[in-house]
Amino acid sequence: MSSNTPSSSAGGVGSADSAAPRRNSKRPKYSKFTQQELPACKPILTPRWVISAFMLVSIVFIPIGVVSLFASRDVVEIVDRYETACVPENFRNDKVSFIQSPSTNKSCTRRLTVPKRMKQPIYVYYQLDNFYQNHRRYVKSRSDSQLKDNSSWDDISSCKPEDDANGLPIVPCGLIAWSLFNDTYNFSLNNQQLVVNKRGISWKSDRDSKFGSDVFPRNFQNGSLIGGKSLDPTVRLSEQEDLIVWMRTAALPTFRKLYGKIERDLQPNEVIHVTLENNYNTYSFNGKKRLVLSTTSWLGGKNDFLGIAYLTVGGLCFFLALSFTVVYLVKPRRLGDPSYLSWNRNPGGH
Amino acid sequence: MKRYVYINDDESSHELYCDNRISNRKYTVLNFLPKNLWEQFSRFMNQYFLLIACLQLWSLITPVNPASTWGPLIFIFAVSASKEAWDDYNRYLSDKKANEKLVWVVRQGIRKHIQAQDIHVGNIVWLRENDEVPCDLVLIGTSDPQGLCYVETSALDGETDLKTRLIPTACMGIDFELLHKIKGVIECPNPDKDIRRFDANLRLFPPFIDNDVCPLTIKNTILQSCYLRNTEWACGVAIYTGNETKLGMSRGIPEPKLTAMDAMIDKLTGAIFVFQIVVVMVLGIAGNVWKDTEARKQWYVLYPLEGPWYELLVIPLRFELLCSIMIPISIKVSLDLVKSLYAKFIDWDSEMIDYETGIPSHATNTAISEDLGQVEYIMTDKTGTLTENRMIFRRCCISGVFYGNESGDALKDTRLLSAVAGCSTDVVQFLTVMAICNTVIPIKSKTGAILYKAQSQDEDALVNAAAQLHMVYVNKNANTLEIRFNSSVIKYEVLETLEFTSDRKRMSVVVKDCQNGKIVLLSKGADEAILPYAYDGQQTRTFIEAVEQYAQLGLRTLCLAWRELTEDEYQEWSLMFKEASSTLIDREWRIAEVCTRLEHDFEVLGVTAIEDRLQDGVPETIETLRKAGINFWMLTGDKQNTAIQIALSCNFISPEPKGQLLLIDGKTEDEVCRSLERVLLTMRITSSEPKDVAFAVDGWALEIALKHYRKAFTELAILSRTAICCRVTPSQKAQLVELLKSCDYRTLAIGDGGNDVRMIQQADIGVGISGREGLQAARAADYSIGKFRFLKRLILVHGRYSYNRTAFLSQYSFYKSLVICFIQIFFSFISGVSGTSLFNSVSLMAYNVFYTSVPVLASVLDKDLSEGTVMQHPQILFYCQAGRLLNPSTFAGWFGRSLFHAIVVFVITIHAYAYEKSEMEELSMVALSGCIWLQAFVVALETNSFTIVQHLAIWGNLVAFYVINWIFSAIPASGMYTIMFRLCRQPSYWITMFLIVAAGMGPVLALKYFRYTYRPSKINTLQQAERMGGPILTLGNIEPQQRSIEKEVSPLSISQPKSRSPTPVYEPLLSDSPNSSRRSLGSRSSSSYSRNCKDN
Repeated sequence: MSSNTPSSSAGGVGSADSAAPRRNSKRPKYSKFTQQELPACKPILTPRWVISAFMLVSIVFIPIGVVSLFASRDVVEIVDRYETACVPENFRNDKVSFIQSPSTNKSCTRRLTVPKRMKQPIYVYYQLDNFYQNHRRYVKSRSDSQLKDNSSWDDISSCKPEDDANGLPIVPCGLIAWSLFNDTYNFSLNNQQLVVNKRGISWKSDRDSKFGSDVFPRNFQNGSLIGGKSLDPTVRLSEQEDLIVWMRTAALPTFRKLYGKIERDLQPNEVIHVTLENNYNTYSFNGKKRLVLSTTSWLGGKNDFLGIAYLTVGGLCFFLALSFTVVYLVKPRRLGDPSYLSWNRNPGGH
Repeated sequence: MKRYVYINDDESSHELYCDNRISNRKYTVLNFLPKNLWEQFSRFMNQYFLLIACLQLWSLITPVNPASTWGPLIFIFAVSASKEAWDDYNRYLSDKKANEKLVWVVRQGIRKHIQAQDIHVGNIVWLRENDEVPCDLVLIGTSDPQGLCYVETSALDGETDLKTRLIPTACMGIDFELLHKIKGVIECPNPDKDIRRFDANLRLFPPFIDNDVCPLTIKNTILQSCYLRNTEWACGVAIYTGNETKLGMSRGIPEPKLTAMDAMIDKLTGAIFVFQIVVVMVLGIAGNVWKDTEARKQWYVLYPLEGPWYELLVIPLRFELLCSIMIPISIKVSLDLVKSLYAKFIDWDSEMIDYETGIPSHATNTAISEDLGQVEYIMTDKTGTLTENRMIFRRCCISGVFYGNESGDALKDTRLLSAVAGCSTDVVQFLTVMAICNTVIPIKSKTGAILYKAQSQDEDALVNAAAQLHMVYVNKNANTLEIRFNSSVIKYEVLETLEFTSDRKRMSVVVKDCQNGKIVLLSKGADEAILPYAYDGQQTRTFIEAVEQYAQLGLRTLCLAWRELTEDEYQEWSLMFKEASSTLIDREWRIAEVCTRLEHDFEVLGVTAIEDRLQDGVPETIETLRKAGINFWMLTGDKQNTAIQIALSCNFISPEPKGQLLLIDGKTEDEVCRSLERVLLTMRITSSEPKDVAFAVDGWALEIALKHYRKAFTELAILSRTAICCRVTPSQKAQLVELLKSCDYRTLAIGDGGNDVRMIQQADIGVGISGREGLQAARAADYSIGKFRFLKRLILVHGRYSYNRTAFLSQYSFYKSLVICFIQIFFSFISGVSGTSLFNSVSLMAYNVFYTSVPVLASVLDKDLSEGTVMQHPQILFYCQAGRLLNPSTFAGWFGRSLFHAIVVFVITIHAYAYEKSEMEELSMVALSGCIWLQAFVVALETNSFTIVQHLAIWGNLVAFYVINWIFSAIPASGMYTIMFRLCRQPSYWITMFLIVAAGMGPVLALKYFRYTYRPSKINTLQQAERMGGPILTLGNIEPQQRSIEKEVSPLSISQPKSRSPTPVYEPLLSDSPNSSRRSLGSRSSSSYSRNCKDN
């Protein structure tokens, strides 16, 4: 019906022209915009268009899903849950007192077997479950200005309740820094130390512009309550990469944070011995702790979700396209049949 | 309650009355801010937003930076405040211009040039030709020896003819020089806004001879904003100044009208508000429970054991703030913006320009365009609205002889011409009355031709017709007037003019023939105001027949009569008349009473019949709009027969047997009651038949029906699709509108004259025709159009599009706010129900105000159907009338869609960005981008026609989202530093986006396609038909053929002006479609169609 619009507009212009010389400057100027006659494309949902759209989506999505799934399956991942195993048998009933007691031996050894060949770099993560880094009280309790700049070291107003200790401001202040994860891992392979590179695990942009190179920890973990890890007061904040990683708060209660990188390949069936210091208290809230060694793919770590979702969506689209086609063939319906207009169907006037 | 104005008294009145400073301003510099803020905060929405913004200042509970609410809030307030300020400043400028204009005023006996604002009551103001009158004046002198002056009152009442004003008799003949020193007192009523009345007295002080009280009427005044014309100078005493002038008093701030849509949006907002409160309560309780059970174990959160007293409130209030975006702050701004654009489209529409006068259509009220699409009843005036109000003398009946019956034009009737040539006494008398019984002013132009300035179109027609019959009204000098009949000049002295009022329904003049000194009363008026007063012996039967016959033809009739008066009778009556004219109380009534003492025992001369042609396109317009399900009521002051004839000729009612017209009449309560019940009974029986049943009622019966049988009449009004109310007064018109409004119908009143103003203001939508009766109606109206036929376009095109667009815009605004809000709510379940905001402040603010507002604004260009299709299938308006596109159930659809989309975005985001990728800023950005992508596709799916603007707005907005976020990501100080760059480098980000779009839009598209193809609405069917081409063209409607038949049958020649093409512009394909006539009869719609659907 595109022919209709131009023809009626032409009529309008024609009569405007014929009358124009006669009079009046009050008349608004003609333009396609003011007359709401901008050329428009008016797509409608024809069966062909809709079915091919669904078909196209399924054709694109299924391969992507397959590729994503392969990428995710290619990632080799070793996950070791250790929070229960690393508590001695006699403390199993009261893990909290074990973890809170300063005198207990927290060391623990774990054996990890490499299932498949892992190419470097191999990322070492710790994974916490049921840990709400996104809790409002927690996520707000930090002072970005203090972290960035030594001159505002006493800017602790947003850090409550962990803003000062013994009357002095804490650097870095706030709940996030205070609760810094403090389990440590030592890896050995065939009785040889497996070097874990802890440099470059944080975002470069954070090191460069969020954490100041002239800021040093001060009065940290000096309060009555000790939260997590202590920091070396002689190391500038921009080099405290564990802290920087930790301070990138996670949005989900289950999250992994990078601990370090192993920069050598691991062969199948190699056994890695991990000596870990189980210091961090997840027992009071039934949190889980896992040690994860993982390679990476172009899509990131091991996560089947995208692949499966793509296959599902692609499959559903294919199914929809197919069923629409079948319905269309079985029960064709002429689009725009005027007999569907009830005022035409009504026999009234005869 | 009177004011005494002492003329030329410089001291006494200064303090009593205000000076002539005009002020239309709403604000002053000092009170602008408080007053404007107060006005803005009197709206509920604004109070709500202010409360939210204030709560956000409490940092303990605010989830985001307070700027995210304060920013938009201040912006919105600033926008409407600066609009107000700009308007007010313009008013100030125009006031200032008027106030500082220099005028000549007498001060201490000397004429001085002073600023208009310094005029005081009692000052004498001098005006020259073409000067604007600065305040209301009582004339005391003019350059004219007879004390006349001419004014143009178009700024006051829109009437473009010149009006004569004359100085009071007491001031007659005062010397030019003495006028400076004149002293006296004017006793006048307190200021009011009635521009047709001024009942006052003037008494001059010695040494001026006349010590009597001299009555003053509106004829002795010149009012503010009129112009002095054709008069060298005039001077007058200021009586009302500044804002107390008649013009100033009649200025009023009209009540803002609320559209049905606004009411619905408010209702939905209320529902969302309740929903929000429920959500907040639930989440608040859940949050507190979680805090008391789980959070105590989360040592790193370090909750204190003892909280402050308000601790229980903190979490609910946080959620209140988080959820406050459910009610979109941008909706009001967006709606205001698009509404003013709708109004502009009406102003701009080149198809609604009246090419005869060059007047474009204009939307005075920019806020109610959607209501146009929901009109259910149209109340229309007849004269000047349906007809052209261009009167042409067609026929006459003189002493029982009918002229003009054969040719349809009495001026060409040879019998009449020969009678004129033969100086037949009856005919000469008849022509004399035609020529001089009026208030017309002949003006000789430079070429020698005589132009008539008449206040009434009927008089103009009569005088012109008389002139063509060689009875030429040549000149009027003060009280003498000259007519020329067959080259002999006859002079008359006008003794009195008994003016026309709508109660008396006649006007008369008393003249004295200068040749033989005979005094004659000449009268003309409505039949019932003349014929019963004929002298006893006269047979009026032929005249009654003539009146009926003419009325049958839809002509306007006037009866002419005269009577010779004796000198004594006149003198006696004249005294009474003078006395009545100078009373201050009930003057009009007293005068009317005195007039009847003279107006009796007429010798009826004959009947004139004047044709008022139908405007172009009236029948088509009415037919189309009635097919659209709109009911028409005709409210006219005219006779029943004339009204019915006009109604027949413009498709208003159908002739038998298709239609049936029921009459309600009666003079007493019982008669009216019986008649009403009979009609009601018939109506109930026939309501199921496809028959056009209409009823006609006259003013008298209506009065009784409204007073005593209101319930029955209301039922009748609801049952009947068509009604003709004749002989109704302006206030009855307004009452009828009120009646229909009280039944919850959307009413539109259309009229052109001052008598329609009340109805126009009363109706939901008032439309004024800027016609020959002046601009009064057009000024009071919400929309002014040049011709009745533009109503079709106004309703079907502008009203319908506005409704559709606003329906989409408002629901979409809620949808997008709900999406982001639901995501926040879901997120709170994985963040310990603590009220953490997933999104940062900047994103939230930009989302509501910018990212999602721009694309949807482009929907003001969206057209679901082309104008041509709508014109061919006006029934489609039903979707707007019944509110099918914005109601709780469509809203529920959008609500469900927002929930679904929020789930899609949230679930996909937290799964795709799990484990090592679950960084807060990244995850929030992924979720936000997901929303933005979905928005773009939702708008695209809901758009029916893509112009370049829409493409730019939808896809450009998507690009702009990335550009803006890249900019933010490049600023080291911002929380989002590098985030967007990191995301855009990840393949998983893009894959996630496509997944969100496919998963979010797939089901929506599938559902829409299914409904579109297998359960199509009428709109869908027409869309398909329109865009596939073909079959729609054969769907003719019956107008072209039927109209032409009626044209032949109709006694009135509905001739088209030559300049206009015979086919209407809107239906170019119809009239030459060969099938249209074949199928025509089948498509006659059932009149009850829309009703039935609505009831379902």
